[in-house]
Parts: sequence; structure tokens; C-alpha cells
Amino acid sequence: MDVLANLGHGFVVALQPLNLFWCFAGVFLGTVVGVMPGLGPAATIAMLLPLTFKMPPTSALIMLAGIYYGAKYGGSTTAILLNVPGESASVVTCLDGYQMARKGRAGAALGIAAIASFIAGTVGVVALMLVAPPLAKFGLSFSSPEYFALMFLGLAMVVLLAGESLVKALLAMLVGLWIAGMGIDLFSDASRFTFGNSEMLDGVDFVIVAIGVFALSEVFANMEGREEGTLLPVPKGLRNLLPTIAELKACRFAFLNGSVIGFIIGVLPGAGSTIASFISYGVEKAVSKHPEKFGTGVPEGVAAPEGANNSETGGALVPLLTLGIPGSGTTAILLAAFVLWGLRPGPLMIQDNPELFWGLVASMYVGNVMLLVLNLPLIPLFAQILKLPVYLLYPIILGISLVGVYTVSSSLFDCYMLAAFGLLGYVMRRLDFPSAPLILGLVLGDSMERALRQSLMMSQGDLSILVSRPISATMLFLAVLLLIMPLFRKFNSWRVRAIEENG
Amino acid sequence: MAQSKWMKGDVVSGAVLAALGIYIITEARQWTYSSAEGPGPGFFPLWYGIAMVMLSLLLIAGSAVRPATGAKVDWRGVGRAMLVWAVFAGCTALLKLLGFLTILALLTLFIVGAMYGKPLKIACAAATGNALGFYLVFPLALNVSLPVGPLGF
Repeated sequence: MDVLANLGHGFVVALQPLNLFWCFAGVFLGTVVGVMPGLGPAATIAMLLPLTFKMPPTSALIMLAGIYYGAKYGGSTTAILLNVPGESASVVTCLDGYQMARKGRAGAALGIAAIASFIAGTVGVVALMLVAPPLAKFGLSFSSPEYFALMFLGLAMVVLLAGESLVKALLAMLVGLWIAGMGIDLFSDASRFTFGNSEMLDGVDFVIVAIGVFALSEVFANMEGREEGTLLPVPKGLRNLLPTIAELKACRFAFLNGSVIGFIIGVLPGAGSTIASFISYGVEKAVSKHPEKFGTGVPEGVAAPEGANNSETGGALVPLLTLGIPGSGTTAILLAAFVLWGLRPGPLMIQDNPELFWGLVASMYVGNVMLLVLNLPLIPLFAQILKLPVYLLYPIILGISLVGVYTVSSSLFDCYMLAAFGLLGYVMRRLDFPSAPLILGLVLGDSMERALRQSLMMSQGDLSILVSRPISATMLFLAVLLLIMPLFRKFNSWRVRAIEENG
Repeated sequence: MAQSKWMKGDVVSGAVLAALGIYIITEARQWTYSSAEGPGPGFFPLWYGIAMVMLSLLLIAGSAVRPATGAKVDWRGVGRAMLVWAVFAGCTALLKLLGFLTILALLTLFIVGAMYGKPLKIACAAATGNALGFYLVFPLALNVSLPVGPLGF
């Protein structure tokens, strides 16, 4: 009953005209961003973050979260019409979505994507509402050693964010820790890594790094070539966007599968919506009566991944809001947004800021309805965005990035730093260094160092405090297990290869 | 052209990161490692500096052992991206001198005209439109202050 009462209060917050407006702005922007290939929600949230400083945190969070889940809806449009995923999570949607479009069923594919997104998005919010409070209660028993272990576990999740090379992911994370440590020390007045520059004493603002590494590097990488895809005709009229009863019937398990798998994968930090969509597609294919038809344009092949990548959003917010652990680049930026507004996501978050938490949950219900209403009839309109020439889009992104960074502290030095981090992000892309671990290190670095030093102060320098407490010992054990797991996998694949070669 | 084993990106980036790790360790050694009150400012950086050096060496070693993939680098594409970055960096350096709106117009002119080879008329229209749009949205509608040049915009 507590949950329902709190949700009721949440709706009172979410349905305030101002919050409704920001929710709409967020989901609308998110859809636009999702439609545009090459500009992700992480980059957009990073760019818009400075503009939210003057907003009430609840309204700002409602808008930024709207961008996050709205982008998942929009991502399917380019996947279906262009065979280009607007978001990495929509890669799987290309497989059957584009084939449906080529068979003249583009409208049905877009409609199924929107309906699956709505159902799974709503299931994700319901699950978030039920899972988050008990998890946060458990987190209340944490002290500094547990917090350090939690941060360490969060950083160990880098294993799951790593691309092909774990070493590169760990190095990127260490660079993030180094950047986080710049400026005046937390406990003493020592200035660290400031290169004698007084503008560095306050450290490097997260916004500068995030915009540089995500938004600018995307622009530079996209400008390497000039290729533009061919847009398939967009069906007009709501009737042409609605799937047939037979198609909806074929998708009924896919809706459920996508919702459940998406949420579970979302809760696991580091897994992300791309993995969720791949797994749910795989499960759908495995249980299908006609698996051979997958990839030729079956509606279940659109419904399952689209559902999973939307439900994942609700799941991803669970570790972020209850433990303060971001599991992806986008949630890492959301975490930074909390910090910038003077809030600290963690076990006390729901207790100390019920209006914010329940307002956000309620706004996600409202946002999902808005997205369904927006996406079904307005798909042809959103598809027009794809006709915006990239040579106009890129200067706009560069301009918004500069404005975003300059508004943080009206410092031109920050703009120079933005250019430097843009270059860093681009070089990282070219050399296959993942950027999400850098952001993870940057966001968690400060808190982790603080928790470690406080723990060692408590124990007068005795490191055993970290392993003598059951919760922190368990989390450290899990973190170490996570870090060494890839070594076993590597050893095993090497062993299998050696046996095959010898046999 | 096949890349030399030692000129691979992993080796170069490994060397750069190892150098950064050594720099971090050197700096960290100048700060207090530990005192009666607990760990000092040098404690944490020293350890991640050491980890950085070790992982960088692992990256270099792994790259030297692995056979070259033979994948070619699109240097032309990289050149285009670096040119845009250089112009963007130059623009940020000139922000104080010329102001944000002029810089944005010049940047748009460069991208539309030079990078995408559009006619000068279109490039000029895009540059003016973009600067005007930003002026209407940020300083005018949102009251956001932006760097202003000698001409007042």
C-alpha cells in the first residue's frame, strides 16, 4: 500500500503543468535524438545538462530521463526505414524491421516498435517502482568500507562495458580516475595535477569531459566520410501504421519476453540495452516455431528487441537511484547531473527525496503514454528529420556543445578544454578505447577515493577493515571475480583452440 | 600498406599511457602518502599510476605478440576529422577576439562550404541562419550570456 500511496504523491508531482511540459520536452527531444543516427542520448544529456542548472532538480530529472527513454523509441525509426540504427540498441531491429519495410510493411514495423516500446517501457517502470525501495533499504546499512567496496564493484563493471579489449577499458577507466583527481585534494589543501594553472584548482568539470568525449568525438568521427543512407518511403496516416491483428498476435510473447529480459539486463550494471535487445531477439528466435524466418521480416523480430531496449531503461535506473552506481555512459551522465544539483543518488535517495524519486517514476508512466501518442501518428514527421542535411546538423551540435560548456562557469578556458577532450574522445574511438569506462572512472573516482580514505582513517590505516565486514567483503569478492572472469574465458578459448589444432 | 608491428596504435597509445602513469607516480611521490590522520593526497594516485604503467606495458606486450590484422587505416577520413578538430580548436581560441556568434558563423561556413563542398551562397545562408538561430534561442529567449566580440555579438 505504501507503494501506491507514494506513487499517488508522485503523480501529483508529475502532473504539475511545469513538469508535464518538461516531460513532453524530454520525450520529444529524445525521440528526435533517437531518430538521428550519430547523436545519442548520452551526448544530448551531456550537452543540455548545463541548461538545467537553473531548473528545479525534479523537473530537470524528468526532462533528462525523458530524453533517455524517448531516444529508445526514436532509435527504431532509422533502423526500420534506413537500415541504420539511430541507437546502438536498435541494431537488432534492423534485421527484421528493415526487411518488413522492404516488403511494404514499414508502417506495421514502426507501429509494432512503438507498441512494444510502450508495453515494455511501462513494465520497466512498474518493476523499478517495486524493486528500488527494498534495495535502497538494504543499502542503508552501508558505511565507508561498504561504500568503497560498492564503488570498486561499480568500477569492476568496466569489464562489462569493455569492447574487445579489457586492458583498454581498464586504462580508459584509470584515465577517468586521474581526471577526477585533478584540483584541490578532498582532505588536505594539496593541489593535484593542475599544471600550475589556477583555473584547474576546482578540477575538471564533468560536463566538459562528457560533451567532449561523447558529442564532439561523434561529430568528428561522423565527418570522416560523407555517406548518407537511402530513406524508404514513410507510410502516411495512422491506419497505415497499425499492425494487423495477426501480427499483434504473433508478437504477444515477444512483448513479454522483451519486457522481462530488458529489465533484468538493465539492473545488471554494465550490460546495457544493446545486450538486452540481442538476448531477447535470441530468446524469441529460440522459442519461435519458425526460427528460420527471423531476419526476413517477422514482426516478433522487431517487437522483442524494441521491447527489451525500452524496459532496460527502468532496470538501469535501479542501481543508479538506489546504490549510486551507473551502469552505462548515459546513466553515468545522469549520476553527474544529480551531483551537480547537490543530490547524491544512493540508499538515502528515496527516503530523503521522495518527491524526486516518485515524481520521476510517475513521470515515466506519463512519458510512455506521451511517446505512444507522439510516435504512432507523428512517425512521418519525425522521419522528416532524417532529411536534415548533416552539413547543417554538425555545426549546430558543435555550437550547442560550446554554449553548454561556456554556461557552466562562463570560462573560455573550459572551451579550450572542450576542444582537448573532443580530440581525446576521437583518438579513443580510432584506437578502440571505450569511452564509457572513462566516464565511469571520472564519476566514481572522487567518491571512491573519499570512501577509501575514510575507511582507512576509521581503522587507523588497517586495510583489513575492507574485508572484515561481510557486505564489503562480498562486494570486493564479486568485483575481483568480475575482473578475473575474462582471464578464465580467454584461457578456456585458448585451451579449446589448442585442442582443436592438435586434434 | 601494412603497418609495422611497433607502429601499431596499441603500441603508441600504450607508450603514451605508460608515460602518463610514470608522470602520475612521480607527482604522487611528492605528496604525503600516509600520516597519523590516515592516507594522504599521494595515496590513491600512486596506486592507480602504478596500475596504469602495468596495464600500458601489458597493452604493448599484447600488441607485439599478436599478429598484425592487416586492417587499413582510412587516413583520408582521419585527415578530414582532424581538420575539423583543428578548425574547431582554432575557433575556441578566437572566441574572446571575435565573439561566439561570429565564430559559429565561420565554423558553419567552413563545414558547409569547405568540408561538404556546397556553393558559397548556400554556405553563407547556412552560416547566417545558424548564428541567427543561436542568437534567438540562447541570448534572447533563454537569457544565456555568450562571449561577445568587439562588434557586440
